[in-house]
Amino acid sequence: MSKIRKSIYTAILAVIIIALMFFLEANKFRFGMAYTVIQKGLILSVVAVSMNLVTGFTGLFSLGQAGFMAIGAYVTAIFLIPADGMAEVYYISGVNPSIMSFKYWLESGPAWVQSMYPILALILGGLVAAVFAAIIGFPVLRLKSDYLAIATLGFSEIVRAIISSPQLDTITNGSYGLKKIPGFDSLFETFAIMAVCVLLMVLLLRSTYGRAFRAIREDEVAAEAMGINLSRHKQMSFIIGSFFSAVSGGMLAMFMRSIDSKTFSVSLTYDILLIVVIGGIGSVTGSVIASLLVTASKEWWLRFFDAPLYIGNFQVPLFRTGFRMVIFSVILLLVVLFYQRGIMGKNEFSWDRLSLRVRKLLGGRKRGAKNAR
Amino acid sequence: MAKNNLLRLENLCVSYGGIRAVKGINLTVPEGEIVTLIGANGAGKSTILRTIAGLVKPESGKIYFKDNDITCKAPNLIVEQGITLVPEGRRVFPDLTVLENLKIGGYLRKDNLDADIEWVYTLFPRLKERSWQMAGTLSGGEQQMLAVGRALMSKPKLIMMDEPSLGLAPIIVQDIMNIIKTVNKEGVTILLVEQNANLALKIAHYGYVCETGHISTEGSGAALLEDEAVKAAYLGKARKK
Repeated sequence: MSKIRKSIYTAILAVIIIALMFFLEANKFRFGMAYTVIQKGLILSVVAVSMNLVTGFTGLFSLGQAGFMAIGAYVTAIFLIPADGMAEVYYISGVNPSIMSFKYWLESGPAWVQSMYPILALILGGLVAAVFAAIIGFPVLRLKSDYLAIATLGFSEIVRAIISSPQLDTITNGSYGLKKIPGFDSLFETFAIMAVCVLLMVLLLRSTYGRAFRAIREDEVAAEAMGINLSRHKQMSFIIGSFFSAVSGGMLAMFMRSIDSKTFSVSLTYDILLIVVIGGIGSVTGSVIASLLVTASKEWWLRFFDAPLYIGNFQVPLFRTGFRMVIFSVILLLVVLFYQRGIMGKNEFSWDRLSLRVRKLLGGRKRGAKNAR
Repeated sequence: MAKNNLLRLENLCVSYGGIRAVKGINLTVPEGEIVTLIGANGAGKSTILRTIAGLVKPESGKIYFKDNDITCKAPNLIVEQGITLVPEGRRVFPDLTVLENLKIGGYLRKDNLDADIEWVYTLFPRLKERSWQMAGTLSGGEQQMLAVGRALMSKPKLIMMDEPSLGLAPIIVQDIMNIIKTVNKEGVTILLVEQNANLALKIAHYGYVCETGHISTEGSGAALLEDEAVKAAYLGKARKK
């Protein structure tokens, strides 16, 4: 396929995406479900790509995503909740005075700076998580595969426990959670932040560092023999991955408007792992597509399994609340058993591959039609 | 010998999980030559190479490269000095393309790699044909070429090869030996570890025979081929592993 044609296709696709967003933005109440699902899918795609960066590209099986997301979410939330709403949020134990004075200081800034606060909050959340990642990465990244997974999982649970501990009541509001978090202004804002994050990670993966990450994934000994400093590169991948996980966590806090420590339990990490596996371990576009698909099917397309189903007067016994998760787990099982490479495998989206697929599909059908005659 | 010594090991001892694998080795590699280290399984040959490359830390003894002490330095610093290891069993990166594998070989270099990629491709035209193929889909011989090419990308002064003939058909092994000779003619010093003593000694300028962590005999390649003890121990049974 020629280059011009490809860029035309890409432009058309971009126009379709933008038009779709305009349409949803204009009709957000009529298509509330699609709007919500796409927004959440975009947010989860950031953490999915970051997990793919660490697990799929560098080969570090880390299950700490939820912990880093929690850090990002809480930092973002405390930063963004309006100062006069704080007393209402922390109605039980009160607000830590230094946080309060920090908030008054924030709100005394000029208006244009204040309009940047959501972005600043997300970056700050990411940086805090990156510092944590650097500290725990030092001992933890010496571990291999399953042990690394267990250690990071443990870290994530520790973060959750600390956040909900009564000692931190005046900072994190303990187990009561935070609410009144200002949300996104529009779908475009969500999309723009997601696009910038994913773009930055793609640029990293395409650089020589990205190649070194993949070399480490393929063969640590050979990578070391080629002069790649293993611990430095692993640390780098882990810290950057944690940064973007936390950004995604902050976005999730803005999306949900109220969070508590249970939001960031282990099952959130599993959801993300699921997205990465379905999308294809080692494919960025796969992760983005899968986070939209998985979010849509979990929250929307499979909903009807939860409603009671009648055939005539007979009520089909299994259809009740929660059944959709059973179906979902079965799908996951099937993917793992028969479709391990996921949607994209290790490949990225390209028009050439798509046209090849379409042509194969059409060619196959034509041949089929001939045989039928 | 008038030539400069590129690499010198002094009384090197290495332990692996409590077992002493290398017990006081003295060895020199003159610049521009092919030096081979032969010996049976478990004699400690691979351990010596891994120690020089910095992947294993020695217990005692010194390693000098161009009269600089490089003992216990990190692997990336050793590669920067100009020593590259072609690991045992080739160990190319299977899910990276041939070109990407070569680029990883030059990872520590800050300058442009294009000229050297072309140079490797002229040495191994087969790799150029397969530039965009995943390295895992190459045949064993091609993977060995890639492993050597990848090592050359760091512009090493010394290449250490660990069993390049392992698991390859005899006709391919001959190709690999020719490649080693070609690379050496390009001015790269080679330290070759082999079980296939017969072939290794034929192309080597100098040889060491390694026996359970010691150097038992040394001499020029031709002399070792004629040595009765070496003949009996390694050459007669060279095929048997």
